[in-house]
Amino acid sequence: MSTIAWIDVALRGARPQAMGALLRHFRDLDLAEEAFQEACLRALKSWPKNGPPRDTVAWLVLVGRNAALDGVRRRKREHELPGEEGVSDLSDAEGPLVEQLDEADYRDDLLRLLFMCCHPELPATQQIALALRIVCGLTVPEIARAFLVTDVAMEQRITRAKKLVAAERIPLETPGAPERAERLSAVAAVLYLLFNEGYSATGGSAHVRVPLCDEAIRLARLLLRLFPGEPEMHGLTALMLLQHSRSRARLDAQGAIVLLEDQDRGLWERDRIAEALALLDKALRHGRPGPYQVQAAIAALHARAPRFGDTDWAEIEQLYAALERLQPSPVVSLNRAVAVAKVRGPAAALAMLDALAKDLPGYFYFFGVRGALLADLGRPDEAREAFDRALAVAKSPAEAAHIRMQIDRLTRKKEAAG
Amino acid sequence: MLYAILCYDREDVVESWTPEQDAAVIAKLDVVTDRLAREGRLGPVARLMPTTTATTLRKGKETVVLDGPFAETKEQLLGFFIVECASLEQAIATAKDLGQASSTSGSYEIRPLRLLRPEPPRS
Repeated sequence: MSTIAWIDVALRGARPQAMGALLRHFRDLDLAEEAFQEACLRALKSWPKNGPPRDTVAWLVLVGRNAALDGVRRRKREHELPGEEGVSDLSDAEGPLVEQLDEADYRDDLLRLLFMCCHPELPATQQIALALRIVCGLTVPEIARAFLVTDVAMEQRITRAKKLVAAERIPLETPGAPERAERLSAVAAVLYLLFNEGYSATGGSAHVRVPLCDEAIRLARLLLRLFPGEPEMHGLTALMLLQHSRSRARLDAQGAIVLLEDQDRGLWERDRIAEALALLDKALRHGRPGPYQVQAAIAALHARAPRFGDTDWAEIEQLYAALERLQPSPVVSLNRAVAVAKVRGPAAALAMLDALAKDLPGYFYFFGVRGALLADLGRPDEAREAFDRALAVAKSPAEAAHIRMQIDRLTRKKEAAG
Repeated sequence: MLYAILCYDREDVVESWTPEQDAAVIAKLDVVTDRLAREGRLGPVARLMPTTTATTLRKGKETVVLDGPFAETKEQLLGFFIVECASLEQAIATAKDLGQASSTSGSYEIRPLRLLRPEPPRS
């Protein structure tokens, strides 16, 4: 690995916090980005010679601030640009400056930066794109590839989104506790969107989207370090880690969906699972349950089962019931019905589905689950009808292929019986 | 004398490594630890989970359990090596060898051990 590659990684790692601090300083997104870019250029010059600084974030913030000042001076033609040695490294004498940038500032800076990206007038995909560009520092072509659009289209989207958030006056004062909690929950929602954008991809597009999942987890861990007492942040991070731990097993070589029951659990990443379980244990100690914690607890029960047959469906049903109370939605109820089918049989689950039908029109999974339950109940004609409806609303080739496989199975069963 | 070599580094940077970059560092560390193992000087080696999984018990009149790692420093404890060294000089030299694995700016804390279980393997 070349020195430049290591520096590149260090710059990426430091970017979210450094950008947050620079935004507070300049109160302007473009100026903050420009300053960060300049600091990165100087890092590439200085670090190979002098070695990386002890505190990369502080170095980038201070050098970025100075460089931007230089830029202003240069434009005013008042001063010559100082020599490179002036910004080469933070010596111990500059220690007190570093101390000014303590963790308390960083955490609100980063939160503010992420919160800006969650502007309510931006569609969800633009919130994510903006966060990837500004906070994570992904290039426009990288983001365009992840969203399967052209570079030009993505550039336009990000420019528009930036304009919109730039017009908003950014409140720079330290937020109070309720406001901070509100921001955190908005930011958590965007991180989960970002993760799902990467996770829901299938087939040929799946591999280019893995970075979205990685970035979401990286930011979640960063927030978790800055806000260690937030059980829902623990829950969210655990949830993403648990889902991500299955990514190698959930698609087959052709990119088709592999159901949980058919997945090779040997492919699940045990490191991610272990980390998630540790986070979840920490979260539950607080006794302040929330939707992310409950969803993580459900995913954890799957992760803990050595085989599909060992899954604790009774506990999963309880957790979905808890989730229904915390965050009522027909999709959650549909998931509870799947657990009910395992615990009390398909007939009980089908009765639940009948009650949900009007709330989930045109929902792929609804018809998929309904078809599977009817097939289990030995009602193949009605099952076929449900699968056909699922096919009609399938959003991806992988979804359609999965339903066709179910129909094939149904047909074979019928032939064997007939 | 037994020494623990404690590895400190910026967790956000290490978490930004790709799996390949991570594996490259581990491979370089393995070169050093393999040699130590051949010399019969290597005890347990551990890589710790991220500090986000840490819980701190603060002792006092009443114990307090806190989320997060101990110490408010800019760096995080990411692992430790337990190495048999004839002297502090040798421990420093060994830590320097390990430090070659990456060009990040982390630190190794070197501290003599009073007790270790299991005893380090002897060749």
